[in-house]
Amino acid sequence: MKKVAIVATGLTKFNKTEKPLDSLMLSSIKPIFENTKNLEQKDVDVVLTSTNAHKNYLANIISELSGIKPKISHSVESLCNSGTNSLVSAYAYISSGLAETALVVGAEKADNPGLVLDWDMSRGEFKHPIFWASMFTSAHMRKYGTSLEDLAYVSVKNHKNALDNPYAYFEKPFSLDDVMHSKNLTENIRLLDCSMPCDGSAAVLICSEEKATKYTDTPIWITGIGQKTISASFTKNDDLVSMESTKTAVADAYNMSHKTAKDVDVVELHDAFSVCEIIELEDMGFCQKGQGSKLVRDLYDTNNKKINPRGGLIGTGHPLGATGIAQVIEICQQLGGKAEKRQVSGAKTGLVHNMSAGSTSSTVVVLES
Amino acid sequence: MTRFEDELKHNNFICSECVKCKHLVWPPSDFCNKCFGDVIWRPVSKKAILVEFSSKDGKNFCVGEFEDSIRVFGTIDGTSALIPGQTLTLKYCNYDEMPKFVFQTD
Repeated sequence: MKKVAIVATGLTKFNKTEKPLDSLMLSSIKPIFENTKNLEQKDVDVVLTSTNAHKNYLANIISELSGIKPKISHSVESLCNSGTNSLVSAYAYISSGLAETALVVGAEKADNPGLVLDWDMSRGEFKHPIFWASMFTSAHMRKYGTSLEDLAYVSVKNHKNALDNPYAYFEKPFSLDDVMHSKNLTENIRLLDCSMPCDGSAAVLICSEEKATKYTDTPIWITGIGQKTISASFTKNDDLVSMESTKTAVADAYNMSHKTAKDVDVVELHDAFSVCEIIELEDMGFCQKGQGSKLVRDLYDTNNKKINPRGGLIGTGHPLGATGIAQVIEICQQLGGKAEKRQVSGAKTGLVHNMSAGSTSSTVVVLES
Repeated sequence: MTRFEDELKHNNFICSECVKCKHLVWPPSDFCNKCFGDVIWRPVSKKAILVEFSSKDGKNFCVGEFEDSIRVFGTIDGTSALIPGQTLTLKYCNYDEMPKFVFQTD
């Protein structure tokens, strides 16, 4: 397989706007063409769009609006991890030699239809994601003694990190008291434990090793990929204190990259809800099982930005189709030493974790400078 | 409306079962997801095990498991103490744009 590099990125502010989806996508593509040396539209032979918006022929429309006539163009949809699914598809086209340069763009509107999976009959009348999150939370609290305060620290930490991210939806800090007293959605999920659906777009340009230096002097290499789907139904998660798809995906990504959790300097993980960050830290090997809450508290107390430096989904907002790509962009900025106030000193290896529908599917990507 | 939805609407919880390997296919489908055999409809036991629970606005909701394999979200009538692993009985089911399952404790 050919080596594959990320060579350029583009991002929009996450907010709520009147902009249509195609305009959002173009807004994140524009800086890639403005800021990348030697890049012309004719160089791009793959355009992939990531969204849950059910827009017909979208990748072809975006290609036309961007002045690109690619060999390959199509949309990728996989609910919340659509973004990293599209990146992995583009990686496959390039690593196989089928293409040389791919533009991957994701975007979502706040009112997108990907927030609820109607197909999942097993959710009964409890379709909204807060209900599966509440089940993970109940189970983790029961088995490991996780407290509502422990959960609140995830939100406080990630909102604090988001203050240094100019693209984040939230622009103000939230105290422990604010989170603890935010609206109860269930007995163990409060409003500020949740990521916020919003508008946003993110784009990356990836290419083969042979082309990388044409566009940048500081390529970021995709060295590990793991993906796993266990089901579409949330209720197929046997163990509610763990995320099976994440454990499989991260093991594959570590194996491919010849890395372990100890080698990872900086992480963007899928904190759709507070409990998700705690479980994922444990399942990806950043601490022992049952120690996720303690790790979060330590990170907060020491102002350590290793986990979710851009603010995660809770602090940054969650435009589904853009989220995974925005996570990748953050890690690229970290590994390139360009994350400004969010910079994790000396970061050389980063990890992105993106998942869907109560962790019925997960993607993990390892990136290196 | 599908057969499954129509039966739920009449307070009958049914599931598809493979005629070849007897696997219970949940959520229901036209073919077995183990061997692609044809399926028939059959009633699901009323007895379930409480897997996990929480509450919203003082009302309990849970994941219950039927026949060691079929898990659904539902509400739990009553306010008695709950312990994962305890037995539940499906008191009522319905379909009104989405499935509805109501359990009671044994």
